[in-house]
Amino acid sequence: MNDTSRPAVLARRLEVVRGGAPVLKELEFSVPRGTVTGLLGPSGCGKTTLMRAVVGAQARVTGRLDVLGEPAGSAALRHRLGYLTQAPSVYLDLTATQNLDYWAAVLGVGRADRSEHVRSVLADVDLTEHAGALAGRLSSGQRARVSLAVALLGAPELLVLDEPTVGLDPVLRRSLWDLFHRLAAERGATLLISSHVMDEADRCDRLMLMREGRVLAEGTPEELRARTGTDSVEHAFLHLVEADRKARTP
Amino acid sequence: MSVGRTLATARRVLRQLGHDRRTVALLLFVPLFLLTLLHYVFESDPRLFDRVGASLLGIFPLITMFLTTSIATLRERTTGTLERLMAMPLGKGDLIFGYALAFGAFAVLQAGLATAVGVWLLDLDLAGSPWLLLFMALLTALLGIALGLFVSAFAASEFQAVQFMPALIVPQILVCGLFAPRDTMQPALEYASNVLPMSYSVNAMTGVLNGTGIPDHFLRDVAVVVGMALGFLALAAVTLRRRTP
Ligand SMILES: Nc1ncnc2c1ncn2[C@@H]1O[C@H](COP(=O)(O)OP(=O)(O)O)[C@@H](O)[C@H]1O
Ligand SMILES: [Mg+2]
Repeated sequence: MNDTSRPAVLARRLEVVRGGAPVLKELEFSVPRGTVTGLLGPSGCGKTTLMRAVVGAQARVTGRLDVLGEPAGSAALRHRLGYLTQAPSVYLDLTATQNLDYWAAVLGVGRADRSEHVRSVLADVDLTEHAGALAGRLSSGQRARVSLAVALLGAPELLVLDEPTVGLDPVLRRSLWDLFHRLAAERGATLLISSHVMDEADRCDRLMLMREGRVLAEGTPEELRARTGTDSVEHAFLHLVEADRKARTP
Repeated sequence: MSVGRTLATARRVLRQLGHDRRTVALLLFVPLFLLTLLHYVFESDPRLFDRVGASLLGIFPLITMFLTTSIATLRERTTGTLERLMAMPLGKGDLIFGYALAFGAFAVLQAGLATAVGVWLLDLDLAGSPWLLLFMALLTALLGIALGLFVSAFAASEFQAVQFMPALIVPQILVCGLFAPRDTMQPALEYASNVLPMSYSVNAMTGVLNGTGIPDHFLRDVAVVVGMALGFLALAAVTLRRRTP
C-alpha cells in the first residue's frame, strides 16, 4: 500500500469479451499514483467496460489487471476504491443524506462519524442545500452529484469515475475538476476519469486515448500534442486515428 | 457477513418504503379488503370462510412479499445500485438478509393486522390460537420474501419478474390443499404438493383452524417452511454475482 512508485492500475494484455464479441483488445497501460488520468474516447469505445474491469464488476476479463498492487476484484480492494457508475446509481426514494448515510455504512464508516462525513462530501459536490431532498425529485445534474458524492465516501485511494461531469454546467464542472485535483494533491488519491468529449482533456495530468477497444496513446496532454504536431488534444486524437488506420490497412 | 451492514441494509429498505406511503397503504389494506370481500362472498357458509380465510392469512403476505421483494431487488439491479454495492465491502448475505429482515418486519405488521381483523372483526372462527396462525402467516411471508429474492436473479425486467408470480406461486396455491384435499388429486399432483412448501404452511394453518392446542405435524410444517425459506435465501445470496457480463 505504501509502495507509491508502483502504478495504481497496471494492465498487460487485458482483454474483455461482452456479448460474444471482444470489447477490449490486448490493452497495455498504466495509471501512475496520485495523478488525475483522463480516459478519453468516443462513445462505445470501451471506457465503461474498462472501468468495470478495474472495479471488479466485469465478467470475462483475461490478461493481467493489477489495481493498487492487487489483482482487480480482490476483496481487499473494496475498501480502497470509489466507483461512480455512468448512470447515476442512487436510491431515488431516499433523500441525498439518507443515500449517503447508507453507502457510508456499507463502507464501514462508524455511526459517530457518519453524519459529519456525509455533510462534508455533500459540501464537496455543492449539494448542501439539497441534502434533505429526495434523490428522485432532484434535477438530473443534482442526482449525478449525489452519485458522485457516494464515490467520494470513505477517502478512497483510487477513484474510478465514469463520465462524472457530463451534463453539468461550466461553473460546476470547473469546481469538480478543482475538487479532483485537490483529492490528488492533498490526499495522494489517484483518479481515473472517463469522458467522451475532448474539451476537458487539458484538465487532466495524463490522458489515455481509446478507440474501438484499444489504447491509441498515453501521456500528458503536452506530450500527445507534441508527438502528433497538433495544437489540441482533439486534433491529436484525429491524427492518431488516421495514423492507426494507415498502419493497419496493408 | 456483517451484522452492522445487514442492519444498515434493512434500515435503508424500510426507509425507502417509508417514502412510498401509497405502497405501504396498499400492502397493509389490500389484504383486509380482500378478506372482507371473502367474508361477504361466503356469507351463507361461514365455515367455508373460516377454511379459506385462515389459509389466505398466510397466502396474502406470501404473494405481496414475493412481488415486492422481487421488484425491489430487480430495481436494484437495473438502476446500477447493485453493481455499486457489489464493488463495495458488502457481503452478498448482508444484502439478502437485510432485505429479508426489512420485509419480514413489514410482514409482521401486515399479517398482524390481517389476522386481527379476520379474527375479531370478521368472526373468523378458530379452534386453535390466533397467535399460532399469525406465527405461521409470518413464516409463509418469509417464504415469499425468500422466493422473491431468489427469482429476481432470473428476471431481466419488471415484466418478467411479475410473471413469476403466476408461474411459481399460483400453482402452489392450486395444489396446496385449499381447493381440493391433497390426497384426492391426481397422484403426480399429490406428489408435487408434497414437495412444495406452501402445502405445509396451509396444512399448519388448517390445523390451527380445526383443533385446539398445537396441531399434528405443526413442528414438521414449521421446519419445512423455515428450512425452505432459509434455503432460498441462501440460494439468493449464492446466485448474486459480483461480476456481470
Ligand atoms: N451489457 C453488454 N452486453 C454486451 N455488450 C455490451 C454491453 N455493454 C456494452 N457492450 C458493448 O461494449 C462496447 C463498449 O461499451 P462501453 O464500454 O459501454 O463503451 P463506452 O463507455 O466507451 O461508451 C460497445 O460496443 C457495446 O456495444
Ligand atoms: Mg460509457
